[in-house]
This record gives sequence, structure tokens and C-alpha cells, in this order.
Amino acid sequence: MAAPVALSLTDVGLVHPNGQRALAGVSLEVAAGERLAIIGPSGAGKTTLLRVAGTALRPSEGRVQVLQANPWQLGARALRRLRARVGVVHQAPPIPPQLRVVTAILAGRLGSWSLWRAIGSLIYPSDIAGAHEALARLDLADRLFDRCDRLSGGQLQRVGIARVLYQRPELMLADEPVSALDPTLADAAVGQLIAQSEAVSATLVASLHAVDLALKWFPRIVGMRAGHVVFDAPAADVTREMLVELYAAEGKVLPTQANDPSAVPVVARRGAGDGVLPFSRPGCR
Amino acid sequence: MSAVALAGTPPRRDPHARRRATATLIALVVLWPMLVLADFRPWALFEAGNLKVMGGFVGGFIPPSTSNEFLGLLLKATIETLAMATAGIALSFVIATPLALAMTGALSVSRIGPGPGRWRGELLRHAARGVLTLLRAVPEIVWALLFVRALGLGPAAGVLALAITYGGMLGKVYAEILESTDTRPARALLEAGSSRLAALFYGLVPGAAQELASYTVYRWECAVRASVVMGFVGAGGLGQLMDQSMKMLNGGEAGSILLVFLLLVLLADALSAALRRLLT
Amino acid sequence: MNRLTSAERVRAAGPCLTCVAVSVLLLAAIVASFWYLAIDLRALFSAESSRTMGKFIGEFFPPDTSSAFLSKTAWAALQTLAVSALGTLLAVIAGGLLALPASGRFGGVARQGARFLLNWLRSVPELVWAALMVLAAGLGPFAGALALALHTTGVLGRLFAEALENAPHDAERAVEQAGAGTVAAFAYGSLPLVLPQCVAYSLYRWEMNIRMAAVLGFVGAGGLGQMLYYHLSIFQQAQAATVLLAMFVLVFCVDAFSSYFRRGLAPAYA
Repeated sequence: MAAPVALSLTDVGLVHPNGQRALAGVSLEVAAGERLAIIGPSGAGKTTLLRVAGTALRPSEGRVQVLQANPWQLGARALRRLRARVGVVHQAPPIPPQLRVVTAILAGRLGSWSLWRAIGSLIYPSDIAGAHEALARLDLADRLFDRCDRLSGGQLQRVGIARVLYQRPELMLADEPVSALDPTLADAAVGQLIAQSEAVSATLVASLHAVDLALKWFPRIVGMRAGHVVFDAPAADVTREMLVELYAAEGKVLPTQANDPSAVPVVARRGAGDGVLPFSRPGCR
Repeated sequence: MSAVALAGTPPRRDPHARRRATATLIALVVLWPMLVLADFRPWALFEAGNLKVMGGFVGGFIPPSTSNEFLGLLLKATIETLAMATAGIALSFVIATPLALAMTGALSVSRIGPGPGRWRGELLRHAARGVLTLLRAVPEIVWALLFVRALGLGPAAGVLALAITYGGMLGKVYAEILESTDTRPARALLEAGSSRLAALFYGLVPGAAQELASYTVYRWECAVRASVVMGFVGAGGLGQLMDQSMKMLNGGEAGSILLVFLLLVLLADALSAALRRLLT
Repeated sequence: MNRLTSAERVRAAGPCLTCVAVSVLLLAAIVASFWYLAIDLRALFSAESSRTMGKFIGEFFPPDTSSAFLSKTAWAALQTLAVSALGTLLAVIAGGLLALPASGRFGGVARQGARFLLNWLRSVPELVWAALMVLAAGLGPFAGALALALHTTGVLGRLFAEALENAPHDAERAVEQAGAGTVAAFAYGSLPLVLPQCVAYSLYRWEMNIRMAAVLGFVGAGGLGQMLYYHLSIFQQAQAATVLLAMFVLVFCVDAFSSYFRRGLAPAYA
């Protein structure tokens, strides 16, 4: 019996208002509980794809189905309920700087809270334990009551991830969630997203700039370039030639979290904690 | 992942809650006396007596009074207001300019280098600044009230009141403008031994003229509004006319005057914007 | 060839024609104003009027410092403070409510309408509002509070609307994308961004309103202004002097307190 489809894009294309084409003929089907990484050079359309999947952008062509519903045919209330089941991790979390970390994390469940609880939580946080648990998984628990403008870029990114973990959605979309983290922290954070996905059988689609992270953690890799899907294969089948061709425009060196070209294995092994990758340099954040 | 175990027990309370609660409590405690002191009675707005008075008054707005006699009075009052504002600004310019020149450091010879009179110069500058602050300290309407008591009703009181307060404002801003423009030409002239006035006219004014004039025009616009307000305490113009109409509960007249006032403000705004655009 | 014609040379040598014309017009306007008002400046500063003036000023000293009157003055000062606080508080609420449509959240028509209303509230000076409110609510401090509230709503409402419009919208959109309703998204996304600025400007406006509240009493709105007007009308200059001193002290204290307060408050808008 086939697993239900969590996300399905059929021939999706998107042209920006200024005439620039961001996506062309993208077709993708992700089963529930599946974990998938999207890689590709800058400007490939990874962010646009995730925004379409997260119902933030409407495609110019093609059809989108999120959690078996067409988001653009739903009424406002149904769309809101659908969105509460989808969690988006932004590359640069758009959190008001004056907000405290605890409130920023609790904002994840606003979709399922009543308005009174939401407003009340601004005055006194309504689930401190839950926020603390989500933040502790990213090793930042001591900053629970700090203001977000006191955090570094990397710490803010981790708060964004914690928010989605707290939300416990059925579909997690992560747009370069660890770009500001040093390799150790990045590895741990991606590990937390994977763990969440395994624990509650949530679907996880992440776009990553670091090829080594993608190959390490994700069983399925989608390569994108210039708005097209170039390949869609299990991680074991991704060869060095495919990667080099994908990143040909960016030069011969493949991007890794630690900027260490020798860190990309030709054949990735699945599962956590293999520890094969030689992250030689410590992070600078 | 051992991070969860290392984090320890989750905090039970929001550490900022107590401070916020105290602040809220203080605010509430202060709120009640404030409402009592300010005589907060929103129901007074709906009391039968007040409602009748207000209703009759506002009802009289339409139709606004347009009798020839009244329109003549209105025209006279408008011109009087404009004249008051213009004369007031002119006088305040006369007061402000010497004080500003005394206060600005841009014309200070002693600042350029060592020499006699350094202390004197500083003292003079501080004295000028003090005088300008004093002039600004009392709102113009208080001056207007005092002058009306001393000199009788009429626009003279308003003109003097404007001269004093706006003199203080213009003086301070003139001095600041003179200091913020490029002072090198003036310094060069002073170093070459020219008189201060020459340094002013040849060195500072060319660069600062636009900004000086622009601010003066903006102050004139404010003076028009202030002139109307001062009329309420007897300084003539539209304000005095409106005060009289309201005391007689003549809604028609008050409505016309209000309309004219709003138009006048728009006109002054447009004129001032046009003049300032002309200058840049 | 780069030589100027003689006409161009003449024009380049002298000041521009428009400048001269405008200056002449301005001077004419000033002279006309003085002439129209028939203010005899010489008579104003003549020896005799200076003597009357001197006598008038002399009657202000010494100011009345009897404890009964001082306590009356202190009470009036507190009333002035209360009037300004209440007026500003009401204006913050009303201005905040009007700022929502004025920032375009409910469409273009609502935006124009709200902005028009706010501009109109702003254009009428506080004193005129006070005179009107005395009719609506009777003599006394409440009229003054209402007048300040009406005028300041126009000022604050416009400022709040501009702050809302200029704030980046990504935070609100991100929260909406997580499924929050409109109000919750606003509270978590846009409100924290504009709150510090709005609080700061409201406090600044309160400071201005204290000065204004002292003066609104001239038309019957209570506080120090009403006392000053009353005592001047019955020619009790000594008492008027005390009230004037009290106004000075009030404004001075407010200035000092506000600079201290603002320095302490600045980093911590949570």
C-alpha cells in the first residue's frame, strides 16, 4: 500500500512579476514521512520551490498539492488550517528583534491556539516548558528569555528551527536552515530535524548549500539548476560527476559546510552519526 | 543528543514577569487619581444640557453665516491675522539676528587661535544663548495674555508676543545653521583680518542663505497659526472673532470662521512650500 | 565660441530677477502689515508707555507665597499634569485604532478616509478644540483633556500609521504562513516592530502636552491656565506671578525628568 503523498508538484513553473523565470517544468512527489534534500548552485530556484510548496507563492503554471489539498482552491480558514500543518524554516528567520526567544518559539503554534491564548502569551508565555524543550534540542536553552536582537545570526537560525520543532507539523520545509552555523552545530541541527521527522513521521524537505550535509543525512537528493530539476535520485546513486556538472557554473569546488572540498564523499552512507566526514576547521561563529 | 539532559530542569516562571507586573500595578495605582483630578466624566458629553448646547451650536454650522456684514468682518480679521504674523516675524528677525550673531561660534575670532578676549568671547556667547533660552521659555500665548492686560485688546499684544518667543526660536536656529554650514570661507576671511560683519556677509551668508530663509518662512507659517490662537485671549484677528462668536453660541459664524481658518492654514502651507521650493 | 553676449553678461553680473522681485514683495508685505495694524512703534516704546509697563511689571512682585495660595497652585499644577496625561492616554488609544485603517490595512478607501480625519483633527489647534469642548462637556479640566486628546489623536495617529507602513512585513507574513489568524499575526509580527518607536513618540507628545495643558485653561479648561486667566482678569498680579512661577517650575521639572527617563528607558523596550 503506497504511503499518502505529502507534497506533489506537477509541471510547476513560476515567472516573477519582473519577467524573470524562477521555475520551469518542476515535477516532484514526496511521500509522507519521506526525507529529501534539494541541492544546487545559487539562483537555482531552491528557495522559490520551497515557497511554492509552503503556499507562500502561487505558481504561474502547473499544479501544487500540499498534504493532499490544493491550497489555492481553499477558503481562508481552510488555508490557515492547512498552513498550521506545514512548518517552514527560513534561512534568515524574520523575527522582530524586540521579541524574546520564548515568544518567537511559541509563535509556532499560533495556528492552533485561540486568539485569547495568543494575546495572553505575549504578556506571559503560555508554554515555557515546551519552548524550553524545543530550544534545548538545539543546545541554546540558556537563552530562552533573551531578546532576539541579542543573538548572533547562527543562534537566530537555531531559534527558527526550534520554532518549527515546537510546531510539530506534518510537513517540514527548510530553506538553507543551517547556512549561518559552523559545521558541528550545523550537523547537530540537521540531525534534530531528521530526528523530528523520524519521531512523528513528518515529511522533511530541506534545501542545503552544503553537499556533504545533504549526502550524509538524506536518503533522497534532488539537484536543481536554473529553475529545472536536473536529477532526482537516492543518495547512494549520486556520483561525483553529477555533482560537478550541477555546480559547474560555480567552479570546480563543491560547496561544503566547512568549505573543505575533500569533505564530500562520492557515495554517501545513510543514517546518523557515521562521523566519516573530516570537518577539520572549527566554526567561526 | 545529550543537550537535553545537560539543559537541566526547564524554568518554571518567566523571569521578567514580576517586573512587568509591578510596573502595571504602579500604572493602575496612578491611573485612578489621574482620572479624578482630570474630572473624567465621559457621560457629561451626553448630558441633556450639554448636548443641547453642543447640538445647537454644531447645528448652526450649516448653513454657515454668510451675511455681507459678517463676511466683511471675516475678511478684516483674516488680513489682521496675516498682518500680525508677518509683523511679528519681522520684529522677531530684528531681535534674533544680533543675538544669533553673538551666539554663533562661526564668527568667533577667539576660537581660531590664542589671543586676547577669549574669555570675553565665551562669556558673550553663553550670555546670548541664555537670553535666547529665556525668550523661548514662556509660550507666546502667555505673553499675549500679559500684553493684552498691559496694552489692551488688539493685535499689538500678539505682535509683541510673537516677536519675543519667535525671536528666541529664530535666534537659536540661525546660530545653529551658521555653525553647521561650511565655515571655512568665513574662517579664512577672519584669519586674514577682516571684520566680523564682512566675514558674515561674504563667508557665511552665501552658503547659509537658503537654509536661513527656508526656516524663516516655515516659522512664518507657524506664526499664522499662533496668531489665530492668540486671538482667543484678545489679540485680535480670526481668533478674537471666533472667541466672540462662540461666547454668543453663534454656530453659523463660528463654523465660517473655522472654515476660513482651515483654508488659511492650507494657503499658508502652500505659500511656504512654494517659497521654499523657490529658494532651493 | 565661449563668449557671452552683452545681455547674458548683464544678467550674470546682477542678482536674478525673481530674487529681487520676491525680496521687494516681502519688504512691501512687512511694511504693509505694520501700517495696516497701525501699531505705533514709537508710542509703544515711548517713555510714558515704558513707565506704565514698568508699573505693570512691578505689581507682579512680590508674588503671593501664602501657604493657602501655594497649595491651591500646587493642586492646579497636579490638575494640569493629570489633564495632559489623560489627554495623551486617550489619544494613544484613539490614534492607535485609527492608525490601522490609515496604514492601508483595510483598503485604499479606508486609508484615505482615516488620513483625512487624522489631518483634520491635527489642523485645528488645541486651544480651539478646548473652546469647543468647553461647550460640549462644560467648563473644567475634562474639556482640556478632550481637546488634547482630539488634537493629539491626529498627530499620533498619523505617526503610528507611518510607522506601520514602513515596518517590514516579513515577520507578519512568516507567522501567517505558520497558520496564524490576522490579529495574531499582527500582534506577533508587526506590533513588536513598531512599539518602541510609538511609545517613545507618545512620551514625547505627553511632554509637549503638559506645556499645552497649562495654557488651555485660558478658555476655561482648568488647571494652572484657568487660575492665571482668572487672577489676571481681576488684576491680582501678585497671585498671577505665583502661577507663572509654578508653570515655569512644572516645565523645568518635566524637561529634567524626561531626559533622565529617556536615557534609562532607551535600551529596554521589551
